[in-house]
Amino acid sequence: MTDFDAQWSVPGIVRTMFPILLVLTAIELGSGLVLDTFEGTLLRYPSLLVLVPVTIGMAGNLGSVLAARLSTAFHLGLLSFEATDDRLAGNALATVGLAVTIFPLVGAGAWGVQTALGGTALPLPTVVLVALLSGSLLAVLAIVVTAVTTYAAYRFGLDPDDVVIPVVTNVCDVLGVVVLFGAVRLLV
Amino acid sequence: MSLREVAAEAYRESLPVLALSAVGGLFAGVVLGGMEAELRAVSGLLVLVPALLATRGNVYGSLGGRLGSALHQGLIEPTFSFDDERVNAAVAAALANGVLVSGVAAVMAVALLVALGRPVAPLGTLVAIALLAGIVSGLLLTVAVVSVVFVGYRRGLNPDTLAGPVVTTTGDVVGVATMLGATRLVLALGGG
Repeated sequence: MTDFDAQWSVPGIVRTMFPILLVLTAIELGSGLVLDTFEGTLLRYPSLLVLVPVTIGMAGNLGSVLAARLSTAFHLGLLSFEATDDRLAGNALATVGLAVTIFPLVGAGAWGVQTALGGTALPLPTVVLVALLSGSLLAVLAIVVTAVTTYAAYRFGLDPDDVVIPVVTNVCDVLGVVVLFGAVRLLV
Repeated sequence: MSLREVAAEAYRESLPVLALSAVGGLFAGVVLGGMEAELRAVSGLLVLVPALLATRGNVYGSLGGRLGSALHQGLIEPTFSFDDERVNAAVAAALANGVLVSGVAAVMAVALLVALGRPVAPLGTLVAIALLAGIVSGLLLTVAVVSVVFVGYRRGLNPDTLAGPVVTTTGDVVGVATMLGATRLVLALGGG
């Protein structure tokens, strides 16, 4: 079997992907354990439960959008890994801006749908504040994780497209749950 | 480009996709919020939520990426038939990966919770839920990804930029909804 055929055979694809999926699943189970630890709080306040998938998803998305932009800039030779690099700093700034725009809306949305459907036990400002605090922290963490992973891929001679997005997305997923847990502990 | 221009461009280009996935995530959250009873009935189910949702994104996002690259290279045609061996192989491999890794996630979750001395539902219950949810969500997401990538490509859109948002918006909703359905079915059949 040639390399080309292996790329398009079922065993070939499964052999390439399955080990990566196992590692990513093990990482995600870590965030599952964090959720399990504060299951009592989540079940008492369903508007926080509503926030779980969107916080996890947005954290991963912020990271993967940034990673995709940085790796494109890197391929085009536009990126240097210095704190003074405008492209790096500008994209980082945009990530924070995006988080600060979207997370409060997500908090209000979670509160709104939960109020409409089942009644909420938490006041609106608390849920919005939990979302905003989680989102701002996650933006900063997503920037650090993405910059470090992209730089590591570059140093090890790997194509950032192959490595950075899955790593960043899944690491940010876990951080999403940990940060949400922290914000809930602090504010609820 | 100045710092301000770079930031403004990145913000403008990313906001619609992120807003769309936020809406999808909220829908998934509503379903999860309505799963209180099932989460209480099946200890350990919540541990599986991030792993199963991430698997949907990782497996079917990669299927979208693979089909997108193959369309660009002219390796496959954007037509819906069961004759294309490459499309068939890519879909079969994605389904196999998605279902297998869901089952393994359930086994790993039970092992972890037992090791930590935390309460957990029987292994059979969680594995049955994970496999069932894996199969149904896999079929739904395959249809969604293949349709959007093929139809988008025929209309002159870049499939690379389509697959990601489709999977992030539909993946979480489909992932949580199929977990809920699978849990209800398994509980009704006497598991738990």
